[in-house]
Amino acid sequence: MQSFINSSVGRKMLVAVTGQFMILFIFVHVLGNSTVFFGGLNAYAAKLHSLPLLVWITRIIMSTVITVHVFFSIQLTLENWKSNPGSYAVSKYQRSTFASRNMIWTGALIGTFLLFHLLHFTFQVINPSFAASANMDALGRPDVTFMVISSFQHFISSIIYIAAMIALALHLFHGIQSSFQTLGINNERSMPFITKSGSVASVILFLGYIAIPVIILLGLLKGQ
Amino acid sequence: MNLTLYVWKQKSKDQPGELVQYDARNVSPDMSFLEMLDVVNEGLIRENNEPIAFDHDCREGICGTCSQVINGIPHGPQERTTVCQLHMRNFKDGDTIYIEPWRAKAFPVIKDLIVDRSAFESIIQSGGYVSVHTGGVPDANAIPIPKEDADISMDAAECIGCGACVAACPNGSAMLFTAAKITNLAMLPQGKVEAKKRVCMMTEEMLNQGFGNCSNHYECQAACPKGIKVSFIAKLNREFTKAVNIFSEPGE
Repeated sequence: MQSFINSSVGRKMLVAVTGQFMILFIFVHVLGNSTVFFGGLNAYAAKLHSLPLLVWITRIIMSTVITVHVFFSIQLTLENWKSNPGSYAVSKYQRSTFASRNMIWTGALIGTFLLFHLLHFTFQVINPSFAASANMDALGRPDVTFMVISSFQHFISSIIYIAAMIALALHLFHGIQSSFQTLGINNERSMPFITKSGSVASVILFLGYIAIPVIILLGLLKGQ
Repeated sequence: MNLTLYVWKQKSKDQPGELVQYDARNVSPDMSFLEMLDVVNEGLIRENNEPIAFDHDCREGICGTCSQVINGIPHGPQERTTVCQLHMRNFKDGDTIYIEPWRAKAFPVIKDLIVDRSAFESIIQSGGYVSVHTGGVPDANAIPIPKEDADISMDAAECIGCGACVAACPNGSAMLFTAAKITNLAMLPQGKVEAKKRVCMMTEEMLNQGFGNCSNHYECQAACPKGIKVSFIAKLNREFTKAVNIFSEPGE
């Protein structure tokens, strides 16, 4: 008999669970980001990096989670493409959404964006002159606020972030409710509520994330 | 009324097919869709042309053989209806209608609109049964079953195995069919004995037969002529969770 990681449902469950881990992460991440509006981003970053154990455990967990999610999503999608021999001359979708049919592509966009985002704000190699590691604030902490505001004053940078967040919102719009269905942690009564909550959560996350580039682009947050 | 039909014509499994245009004249709105095709075929036969090959059996909406995708929707535009129960009053004079077979790798086209749905039989053979001793007929109510459980089981048993769920699924997945069969048995005491083995065997056979994986598009529920719900797929997923231990072989 096949093993869990060869089974159809088992692999889907791994994608669902790892997806839910990432959703938890991006909720914490958006809360951390919001400190920029209250002038607390440098303090938040300094505090976070004074806890290397927490940072590294999170990094290791997230790398594992992302690897599993990406690997099985691609494998399952390739199988699904193989099972569908070609499209109908006329096709009319009744229940599926643009989001549900394009999970692999929104996922690919998010993955590509993640690499850019890490190079941009973690490794800080895209705009070295704005790098937080190279600019200290008055209290001698890496000036993350300066890095973020200077970066987002560039239209192209902001657009990349906003576009990636559209992909993220679409991915979550289907992904959140789908993960509950795959794990079987729903029923007919809770499903409409889960679907609505998933949609609301993806909109809230979208607005929470794009707020920073949008507000900076509008010149409402200028730094010192 | 008069209609223009574009029908998928394919000589055999290995030959390429194409859409061919036919005219359907003097169609009565009271005809069923299959009766309309009968009339078109009679006309074709009279003129020594090859008729359109399509599958049909009961013509009362319970056999599940009429595997036609009509204007992009399996079994046509009317909800919870098989093709034989779809009437021409659902169409207007002058309409153009596209008729195609189920498209899924696991359902190869035999001819025109007829597909081979043996893959469903293989899924059933892999575990869609209960092993019971034969003998005398057991007394009614000898095994008490809660009304709610019996209702859910009977709702799942409504599946006629027509394959519309696979035809509608962008992944060509047979999860709704498999889930209906698994729920049907898993809700009943007789089915609980082999429940763990069954869910593993049937989902494995589903993959082996070339069906895709469910990614929760829910097209299947919309297309199902019997209103089988995707909540049964969640039930299948829960049955799978009960059956597997990540550290050992599933279903053992």
